[in-house]
Amino acid sequence: MSASDLPILLPAYGEILLLVLASAILLVDLFLPERLRGLTHWLSLATLAACFVLTVQVVRATGGQAAYTFGGMFVADLMANVLKLVVYAAVAAVLVYSRRYLAERGMLRGEFFVLALFATLGMAVMISANHMLALYLGLELMSLCVYSMVALNRDSATSTEAAMKYFVLGALASGLLLYGMSMLYGATGTLDLTQMAQVIAVGQVNGVVLVFGLVFVVAGLSFKLGVVPFHMWIPDVYHGAPNAMTLFISTAPKLAAFAMAVRMLVNGLIDLAGDWQQMLVVMAVLSMALGNFAAIAQTNIKRMLAYSTISHMGFMLLGLLAGVVGGNRFSAPDAYSAAMFYTVVYVLMSLGSFGMVLALSRAGFEAEELDDYRGLNQRDPWLAFLMLLLMFALAGVPPTVGFYAKLAVIDAVIKAGQIWLAVVAVLLSLVGAFYYLRVVKLMYFDEPRDAGPIAPGRDVRWLLSANGLAMLVLGVMPGSLMALCLVAVQGLYPLAR
Amino acid sequence: MNELVATLAGYSSAWFGPQWGPPVWVFVKTLVLILVITLPLFGCVAYLTLAERKIIGYMQVRIGPNRVGPAGLLQPIADAVKLMFKELIIPAGANKFLFVLAPMLTLMPALAAWAVIPFGPEVVLADVDAGLLYVMAITSMGVYGVIIAGWASNSTMGFALVCVLLVSQSLNLSDIVNGQARGRFAAEGLNFLSWNWLPLLPMFLVYFISAVAETNRAPFDVAEGESEIVAGFHVEYSGMTFAVFFLGEYANMILVSALATIMFLGGWLPPIDAPLLNAIPGFFWLVLKIGFLLFCFLWFRATFPRYRYDQIMRLGWKVFIPLTIVWLVLVAAWMQTPWNPWQ
Amino acid sequence: MTIELLVFYVFAALLAFAGLRVITARNPVHAALFLVLAFFTAAAIWMLLRAEFLAIALVLVYVGAVMVLFLFVVMMLDINLDRLREGFWRYLPLGAAVGVLVVFEMALVVVAKYYASGTLPMPADPGPGYSNTKALGRLLYTDYVYPFELAAVLLLVAIVAAIALTMRRRKDTKYQDPARQAAVKRRDRVRLVSMPAEKKE
Repeated sequence: MSASDLPILLPAYGEILLLVLASAILLVDLFLPERLRGLTHWLSLATLAACFVLTVQVVRATGGQAAYTFGGMFVADLMANVLKLVVYAAVAAVLVYSRRYLAERGMLRGEFFVLALFATLGMAVMISANHMLALYLGLELMSLCVYSMVALNRDSATSTEAAMKYFVLGALASGLLLYGMSMLYGATGTLDLTQMAQVIAVGQVNGVVLVFGLVFVVAGLSFKLGVVPFHMWIPDVYHGAPNAMTLFISTAPKLAAFAMAVRMLVNGLIDLAGDWQQMLVVMAVLSMALGNFAAIAQTNIKRMLAYSTISHMGFMLLGLLAGVVGGNRFSAPDAYSAAMFYTVVYVLMSLGSFGMVLALSRAGFEAEELDDYRGLNQRDPWLAFLMLLLMFALAGVPPTVGFYAKLAVIDAVIKAGQIWLAVVAVLLSLVGAFYYLRVVKLMYFDEPRDAGPIAPGRDVRWLLSANGLAMLVLGVMPGSLMALCLVAVQGLYPLAR
Repeated sequence: MNELVATLAGYSSAWFGPQWGPPVWVFVKTLVLILVITLPLFGCVAYLTLAERKIIGYMQVRIGPNRVGPAGLLQPIADAVKLMFKELIIPAGANKFLFVLAPMLTLMPALAAWAVIPFGPEVVLADVDAGLLYVMAITSMGVYGVIIAGWASNSTMGFALVCVLLVSQSLNLSDIVNGQARGRFAAEGLNFLSWNWLPLLPMFLVYFISAVAETNRAPFDVAEGESEIVAGFHVEYSGMTFAVFFLGEYANMILVSALATIMFLGGWLPPIDAPLLNAIPGFFWLVLKIGFLLFCFLWFRATFPRYRYDQIMRLGWKVFIPLTIVWLVLVAAWMQTPWNPWQ
Repeated sequence: MTIELLVFYVFAALLAFAGLRVITARNPVHAALFLVLAFFTAAAIWMLLRAEFLAIALVLVYVGAVMVLFLFVVMMLDINLDRLREGFWRYLPLGAAVGVLVVFEMALVVVAKYYASGTLPMPADPGPGYSNTKALGRLLYTDYVYPFELAAVLLLVAIVAAIALTMRRRKDTKYQDPARQAAVKRRDRVRLVSMPAEKKE
């Protein structure tokens, strides 16, 4: 074998570095004495930073063009690179937020960091997958890490139960996804998403099998996104997992799930858009309705945010389903970029709100009941203000970025001519505003019940401030992020022509 | 010889017709060859037990069996006759089918694996392309006999063979032997320095120690420790069932020794490329090397005290597996350098 | 009827019999052993299809490793057969429905027009020098190296996760450190105290 036989690995440099460094951390951590455990934390952050920088360099080197490697199984287009950058940043923020929480509960072990890094690798693989085999392996890599992270606090019965539920349902969803993939393979004779799109475009494929496979694929996807009717795991897992793990699963994996949906549906099956868009309509409406109404009844903030996740993912689907109108892909970049923008913004909001839960919890106190937030303004006005910004953003109140994200998606839906869907979405968002604003009311107009100290570390406080203020800054100036999403989506293979 | 074979094949076609004749002939021929391999093997096993008792006897300054026949040479025959006529006792609570199946499951793989062992150039029952894999798959089944009878072992043996596979670039056992005839030292006539045992010395040791453990021989015979578990699963077996277990165990010993010879000691190749040594048939060299390794088996038994179970596990998982993985990477890197001795 | 076909039918019958016995055997150990037989016969059938590497891998992985573990568990669990059989009639309709569904799906694959397997061309005979193992290895390390490596990472993660979730360092376990035992000095163990001789009173 000579050097010319080797694939050009440049597009995958970020993942390779992540794999090497994660393995190195696994080894280093083994020989670290207990008092130096903090070093693993910093090494993990440094790894993520290195991957971030390297991915930026990859974008520079490829000039933002889609670059393929490993025989077309791996694609590094602009969307992949942008999402990966957000994933690296989000995971780094998760590590910063959760450090004190984990240390106080004896979970600050090397395995947490290693699993988090390998989960990040899985997400990056998913985001860059252009082949169903790679997509599935990335998904399993991420899921396996996340299952075990949820169970990491193995003496807690609720955590173990949550992990078990997550694992069993996740395995079921993987089965559905695999079944659908095998159907698609049977119909098109290829697992490569680009080739699959070409085969379907030629049009000599049996439609029945194709749609049959599509149904299973969409079912598997909707589990990973956590939308109705495959949402059952979300409240239990969010509630049962330790707060730090809830923070983890509610942020970066959403980006990966979004990327998976785009890769499967847009990259591979855009010619079947007429079929999958109808399914997404049903799932989106049901998710928004169920998520928003069920969240009202919750007294636990983790459960409330779990139902809010369901509704937000339903809202995000609105963007995905508005791309192709009557076989015309003219408005697709706008719609998909709105969905991507929504996902990125949702991850930021989720990062902030669960980060707040972590910042307020302390040894022996989880800060997960809504009542724990009463009178937060009197105890720590700055954190209360940040939480206010985050809640406003989740509710979609202007001038926060949540408003703009919702506006972009609804704009896409209206452009697609589905006025009734836009009306439903707006009405259900209004319902959602109720429980977000209830948190604000508890913080500002009620007397505090809990008098314990609020002492997040300085790094957490800075990061949380940046996170909260980003809601405002991005809300006022969404243009650059929006433009980035648009360029990223325009680089997708089916839309690039 | 070839004429005889051709004549027999002709008879077969004549009796069974042109369609069924050749397959029937292949079937009969294979059956005969199997018998040609297994019957001497049973003889070897019988005399291996005698050798064991004699050698350990001398090591312990005893005489060993010397009553039956001249110098005790008929002792194995006497033992076999005794076992055959002993009553077969099946414990009341045992499942009869499984109880009888277990010893057969131990013996069967130990015999089946011989199908791909080359006794000399071109002298092999089945020249399978993936012969090494076949041996590993078949021997991995041997564990069932012991499990059903009550115990099981872990295997690190196959791992060590991956290095051999790497340097010989073949899974075919004959190719592996032939590969050892090449190399830097072989070019100067010193064949035995080109055999795999020298460049892969750590792997040879890992393999041989694992092989001893795999065959449940001392000092790794925790499955049948007399002092701790009164000979373990053997205790309930008597007569022929016990004999079959015994056969299986010793046939396995001979098998792993033969494998080690083929993998690391150059199989049927003479140690030095000299005309006088080359004139001796390869089969002789093979038997000589196998005999030496079998002697080592007996030597270990007479020398070392038994390992504790957790010590075996530590040795396998914490020493051998990491060592093998590191050595594998080293060998792979070594092969890419100009100092590659396997060219 | 050629000899190959005859061998195939023998193995197929054996496989069907073993599979049937897996679910009908009363003794779970018997069931597991019949499953071993089923794997082994399936490997033989693959061998007939000239997929020798897959056949051997099936034996090596399933028969040699997975089923050993399985058998261990079955033997250690000491399953109560009567309790297992309790819900048989209650679950029968559901089980039968699933069975019918599976048969239907297989019929879809084998018979129906979508994936008529009979219409696929027979693979060409690759000739005597062809090595299945080598071809598979080449493909695995070139075209499919990316998923292959990913699967390796997946296994690594599985090991890490399994250890993280199960290993407990118990503080109260007593263990020996042979190195320390060997390195022990007299002064670590024996303390010579000079005592004044006691007076007899």
